[in-house]
Amino acid sequence: MFTGESIVKLVSGLLTQAYSLAGLQDYSGLLDRIVCAVAMFGFVSVFVMFLVWMERKVSARMQSRLGPNRVGPFGLLQTLADAIKLTTKEDVKPVKRDKLPYFIAPILAFVATFMGMVVVPFDNKVVVADLNIGVLYIIAITSFTVIAILSAGWSSNNKYSLLGGFRSAAQIVSYEVPLVLSLVPVIMITGKLNFSGIVEYQQRNGYWFVFPQIVAFLTFLASATAEANRAPFDIPEAESELTGGFHTEYSGVKFAMFFLGEYIAIVVSAAVAATVFLGGWLPPLHFLGFVPGFIWFISKVLFIIYLIMAFRWTFPRLRVDQLMDFGWKVLIPVTIANILVTGFVVLLFGKGV
Amino acid sequence: MTDLLLSQIKPGVESQFGTDEYVVNMGPQHPATHGVLRLVVKLDGETVKETLPVLGYLHRSIEKISENRTYPQCITYTDRVDYVSAMSVNLAFALATERLMGVEAPVRAQWLRMIFVELQRLASHLLWMGAFAGDIGALTPFLYGLRERERILDLFEMTCGQRLTYNYIRIGGVMIDILPEFTEKCSAFLNYFEPKINEYEGLLTYNPIFLERTKGVGVITPEFGINNGVCGPSLRGSGVSCDVRKQQPYLYYDQIQFKECLENDGDCWARYMVRMNEMRESVSIIRQCLERLEPGPVEAKLPPILKAPPASEIYSRIESSRGEMGIYLVGDGTPKPYKVKYRCASFSNLYVLDVLTRGWKVADIMAVLGSLDMIVPEVDR
Repeated sequence: MFTGESIVKLVSGLLTQAYSLAGLQDYSGLLDRIVCAVAMFGFVSVFVMFLVWMERKVSARMQSRLGPNRVGPFGLLQTLADAIKLTTKEDVKPVKRDKLPYFIAPILAFVATFMGMVVVPFDNKVVVADLNIGVLYIIAITSFTVIAILSAGWSSNNKYSLLGGFRSAAQIVSYEVPLVLSLVPVIMITGKLNFSGIVEYQQRNGYWFVFPQIVAFLTFLASATAEANRAPFDIPEAESELTGGFHTEYSGVKFAMFFLGEYIAIVVSAAVAATVFLGGWLPPLHFLGFVPGFIWFISKVLFIIYLIMAFRWTFPRLRVDQLMDFGWKVLIPVTIANILVTGFVVLLFGKGV
Repeated sequence: MTDLLLSQIKPGVESQFGTDEYVVNMGPQHPATHGVLRLVVKLDGETVKETLPVLGYLHRSIEKISENRTYPQCITYTDRVDYVSAMSVNLAFALATERLMGVEAPVRAQWLRMIFVELQRLASHLLWMGAFAGDIGALTPFLYGLRERERILDLFEMTCGQRLTYNYIRIGGVMIDILPEFTEKCSAFLNYFEPKINEYEGLLTYNPIFLERTKGVGVITPEFGINNGVCGPSLRGSGVSCDVRKQQPYLYYDQIQFKECLENDGDCWARYMVRMNEMRESVSIIRQCLERLEPGPVEAKLPPILKAPPASEIYSRIESSRGEMGIYLVGDGTPKPYKVKYRCASFSNLYVLDVLTRGWKVADIMAVLGSLDMIVPEVDR
């Protein structure tokens, strides 16, 4: 059968042969890891470029326009053209900037979000690093973006960037709490932090967590949108307000890294949501199992990303204080209540293993 | 107001209590402000202390220039006074001149004027809706509004060849009669458009985020509004009946049925609802006017050189899309006016922005400014 597992077996078989040809059998473990990481890097980069195109097309169609359709078939190469343009732009740097944070911030924003993708399973046993503490790892990694944003805002030597950086950081830090708390009920039910284990639980028990944990799913979606600084929570980078927020003073490749970093954050959040709530690589109906698992996974990820994009182009923006109110006074009580109810149910009906 | 400007020139002017307030410039080149408006905003953190609009970036001396143009030539300048709602200004000047000189336009011309001014009101409100939603953060209704506006502009282009600055409503009538297919195209457009208003309301009106951004924000109490010269839909949102079409009916507004749209809360949401309802009323007015159109001439017989009576003056007002548009004309017996003054709704409405936003957040400046439907060419002329 044409599954993700069989592809991985095929590729690792080829790799082992390649290693022995090159005389590097002793390092095969390390080289396997490196190849996995590079493959993930490549895949995510291309996926993100596709996502940028998808956002432009989705937003265009929602707004009764066409979107890019000149560069390449259906405008698919538009992102490539934009990326080339951004790399050839002059790197304008403020003279009085704080050099080290200014340099590090975009790199950190880009790399930190990437690191989240290594624990997400694309199919049964198709994952770069099947960590036993996968969920905890992702939660920890997503906090790196705060440092990146604060560094960017501070080092730009620009009061608007500083303001934008503060607002952004406050927002991300506040919404991390409901993000984590939305995942807790699922962990309580399955007893595992391992993503593959959570999907296997859904497979064994025949239901996806979105049904019993619809509240957690919705709060996770809202928190993930806020984490990525996307509308309706995009006050820090609201174009109709004070300039561009923390990334005002960045141009060229540095700006591209922030921009792509935002999209990678979306991908990671959508991947986590798809794995934990929508059953990862599982088909919705059993007889559809002939379609490979990673196709299902990518479809679910794209569906959630489409939802997040639709939010941006439908809803108005929340004001900064309303945004914080919503995070602290609405989402956190709701998630905590959800945990309480789930706890009762688990206690009464026993933990399903 | 002067110490706000001073603190811009002399940085480091701190308040008595030592909390850092800083002065921020929004505009004149700005993705959001409705034209070249510069807002100097004094902020304490996120809270607005004072907002000072700095005007004049679009001043084109239209009033002074008009003193050296004959009355028909002045009409071309009226389009530029409010290019989003040009028919209204055309009409305002034409009516003012007609009243000054005792000329009357023929019946068909009056009905045609009503149709075009109400179509213009629709077009202006559609653009306003898009800009207001865009300021609040919903970027999509802007394109929907412009899509419908395109169809209205097509109707205008069919009639007078222009999409933005029409010079169509002239002294003594209109420039040219409508084409035979205009009435069916107009009715077709109205039938297409009327359900769309409900669609756009469905997107915005009861959206919780939109409600949070606009309910209770920028409340104009009726007394405050009247005392500070607020007019038009901005004042009708506070429940004050101030529609010039009802109070001093011009053209044939007293012969058709339409409601004056009032709301009671006086906040941004109320002003939004007033304009959405006004769009529905405009559709109904246009339909009634289309039915009452009779064949006839569209221009009055005027002397070749239009002269105002010596030492005459008139203040004539109409209800433009933004509020009361008044023209004060002084004639001196020559073909050129001695003085033209445009009393524009945006100029007087802009004054309350400062008071309304004190103590609110930066994002509320955009919400209030959008809800006042302010257009810079009207402010600066």
